[in-house]
Amino acid sequence: MPGELMRTDIRATEVSTLLQRIKACLPRDARMVQIAFQATLLTAGVIARDFSLRPEQMILCFLAGLAVQAFWVHRLGLARVGWLSPVITCLGLSLLLRADSLWVHPLAAALAMSAKFTLRIQGKHLFNPANLGVIIALIALPGAWVSPGQWGNDLAYALWFVALGGLVTQRARRWDVSWAFLAAWLGLVAARVLWLGQPQVIWWHQLQSGGLLLFTFFMISDPMTIPNRQFARVLFALAVAALAFVWQFVLFKPNALLWALFLCAPLVPVFDRIWPGAKAIWGAAEPAVSAGSPQPG
Amino acid sequence: MIPKLSAACLFITSAIAALALPQASLAFCGFYVGKADATLFNEASQVIVVRNEDKTVISMQNDYKGDLKEFAIVVPVPQVLQRGQINVGERKIFDRIDAYSAPRLAEYYDGDPCARRKMLEMARGGAMQSMNAPAAAAARDKALGVTVEAQYTIGEYDIVILSAKESDGLETWLQQSGYKIPRGASAALRPYIRQNLKFFVAKVNLNEQAKTGFNYLRPLQFAFESEKFMLPIRLGMVNAQGPQDLIVYMLTKAGRVETTNYRTVKLPANVDIPTYVKGDFARFYKALFNEQAKKEEYRVAFTEYFWDMSWCDPCAAEPLSPQELKAAGVFWLDADDAPPIGGAQGSPTPGAPTGLIRPRPGAAAGAAPVMLTRLHVRYSPQTFPEDLMFQETKDRQNFQTRYVLHQPWKGDINACEEARSYFSQLPARFEREAQTLASLTGWEIGDIRKNMDFAPTPIPQKIWWQNLWK
Repeated sequence: MPGELMRTDIRATEVSTLLQRIKACLPRDARMVQIAFQATLLTAGVIARDFSLRPEQMILCFLAGLAVQAFWVHRLGLARVGWLSPVITCLGLSLLLRADSLWVHPLAAALAMSAKFTLRIQGKHLFNPANLGVIIALIALPGAWVSPGQWGNDLAYALWFVALGGLVTQRARRWDVSWAFLAAWLGLVAARVLWLGQPQVIWWHQLQSGGLLLFTFFMISDPMTIPNRQFARVLFALAVAALAFVWQFVLFKPNALLWALFLCAPLVPVFDRIWPGAKAIWGAAEPAVSAGSPQPG
Repeated sequence: MIPKLSAACLFITSAIAALALPQASLAFCGFYVGKADATLFNEASQVIVVRNEDKTVISMQNDYKGDLKEFAIVVPVPQVLQRGQINVGERKIFDRIDAYSAPRLAEYYDGDPCARRKMLEMARGGAMQSMNAPAAAAARDKALGVTVEAQYTIGEYDIVILSAKESDGLETWLQQSGYKIPRGASAALRPYIRQNLKFFVAKVNLNEQAKTGFNYLRPLQFAFESEKFMLPIRLGMVNAQGPQDLIVYMLTKAGRVETTNYRTVKLPANVDIPTYVKGDFARFYKALFNEQAKKEEYRVAFTEYFWDMSWCDPCAAEPLSPQELKAAGVFWLDADDAPPIGGAQGSPTPGAPTGLIRPRPGAAAGAAPVMLTRLHVRYSPQTFPEDLMFQETKDRQNFQTRYVLHQPWKGDINACEEARSYFSQLPARFEREAQTLASLTGWEIGDIRKNMDFAPTPIPQKIWWQNLWK
C-alpha cells in the first residue's frame, strides 16, 4: 500500500512538473492560445465539416478587421494596442457567420471592430466584437446566417479534449464565467430532459455541440466584456444561461447562446458599477480582485 | 450556320419517387397503429412543410401498403385543430413536387474536336451561361386523463384530436379504443404531453374511402400556427427496425432551410460520371445515397435541392403552377396574381423542350417568392435522439443534385491533329469518371471499368523526342 501511494505521489509530481513546463512554453498572453485553438477549429471545420465558407470571405474578413483596427488606433492615437484582438474577432466571425456574398464578412468585421472603439462604457467596450458582428449580420445584412448544426456531434469529444487541455495549461484568464455558464446551461437542459421524460441521450446531444464549446470557452470568457468582480461574473453567466434557455426552449428560436450574450451585454456596466473590481489586463497574471479596489482607466 | 452550344445539350430528367428508398419503415411523425397484428410497412415518408413566420401548413404522404382498415396514425400537433384547419389533399401534388426537385442527370455530347478552333472563334462573341445551378366512455376518458377535444370525418379519414394528462392514460385510451400501440409508446408520448401538445389520431373510414374511388390514401394536411419550426420524428421510431427515410419539401419565402440540431450537408453533385449510368440512374442514385448516408453514419440531413421556384435550370419537370403551390399549402400567393392556367397540369408552353430555363407559370415579377428546399434524412433512433428542428436561413444560393454525362465524340481518330489529341485524353477522362462513380456509390472500381467497356481506339503513343528535331 505505501509503495502504491508513493508511486501515485511520484506520478502526481511528474504530471505537475510537466504542466509547469508546458505552461512555461506557452505565450504569456492568453489570446495566443485562443488564436491557436480557433484556427485549429476553423481548419477542422473547413476540412472535415465542409463549412460553406469561401476562402475569399475569410481573407476579406481579416483584411477589413485589421484595416479598421489600424484606422481607429491611428485616429484615437492609441499606443499599446496589438493585433491579436482583430485576429480573434475575424476567426470568430469566420467560424460562425455564413453568407451567400463576399461583402457580409468584411462588413460585419468592420462594424464589430468599430464598435469596440466607439461603444465604450467605464473604459470597457460593451459588446464582444465577434458576437456583435454576428448579431448585426443576422439582423441587418441580407444573405447572412449562422448554422448552429454545422459542427455535428461526432467531433465533439476531440474538441472537448483539446479545449480542456488548453484550459489546464493556460494562464491568466477568468474561467469562472465559463464554468458558471456551462454548469447553469447544462443544468437547465438536464432539468428539461428530466421533466419531459426524454431519453438522457438528448442531454449528451446538446453537450456535444461544437458551438456550445466555442461559446463557452472563447466568447463568453472574453475578460474585457464581462464584469470585473467574480461574484458579478458568475451572476452574469447565470443570466446569459437563463436567457439562452428561454430563447431556445420557450421561444423556440435558433442561435440562443449568441443572442443571450448580446442581450445581456448591457448588464456588464451595471454590475461593474454595483460591484466594482479590477479590470483585466491582457498578458498580466490574473489580478487579485478585492472589494472596492480602484478601477484602472 | 453557327451551331448553338446549348443545342449540344440534352437533359434527361428523372422523377425518382420510386427510388426514394425502400427500408421497412414507419411514419415520420407518428406511429402506425394497427387494430390487429398485421405487418405494418411503408416506404419513405414524404412531407411538405410550408412556413412563413409562425404560420405552418404540413402535408403528409405515407406509402402505406397494408390493409386500409388496419391503418391509423398518431401525430402530435401544437393545438386543437378546427375542422377547417384539416384537409385531405391530393397525392398528385407530392408526385409533382418530387419530380420537380428530384436528382437529375444531364447529358452532353462532345463536339467535333476538329471544329473546336472554329467553335471557339464563333463562341467568343456570345456569353456562355453557367449551368449551375413537414356518458360511460366520457367517464372512462376522464379517468384516463384523456379528453377528446374534437372529432371529424374528413374525406376518407375518421379523425379525433386528443389532449392527455398522462402518457400511460393516453396509451390505455388508445388500446381500449382498439388501436394497437407499440411497446414503449408511453415513454415516447410523454415528452409531447408535457409540452402540452395535442394528438391528432386518424384512421380510415372504409365507407368514405370506397366513395373516393382511390385505392390509396390521400395525404393529410394541417394548417396551424406554432413558433416551433420542427417535425416530430421520435414517435415513428418507437418500433423502428433499422434506419428510416424521410423526404421533406420545405416551401418558404426567404431562403434555404436547414436543421439546427443536426448537420445539414449537401450531397456531392455536379460531377461527371460514366455514361453507362444513363440507363440505370435510379440504381445509381440509390447507391449514392446509401453510401453517403453510411459515410455520415446516419447523423446528417442531406440537401437534395434548393431553388427559387419561379425558375429552374434544367427543369426536371414542369414548374408547379400557382394553383398547385396553393394546393401544396403555399398561403402567401395571392390568388389574384394567378392567371388562368390552361391544362390540368398548368403546362405553360406545350411541347416546349425540357431542360431549358423556365419561369414558373404565372410567376409575376415582384410576386412573393417561393423557395423550395428538399431535405432527405435517413435516421435511426440512435443517431437522431431529438426531433428535427429547423431554421430558415437567408441563403439563396441555388443547389441541385445533378450528375453529368459527357458522351464522347464518335469520329475518326485521324481526322485531324486535334482528334488524335482528343482520343489520347479519353482514357484518362474515363478513369476519372470511374473513380468518381466508385467514390460516390461505393461500387467496385473493377466492375465499373468493366461496365464502362471503353475500348478507346488504340493511340500510337509517340515518344517525347520523336518530334524534337522535326
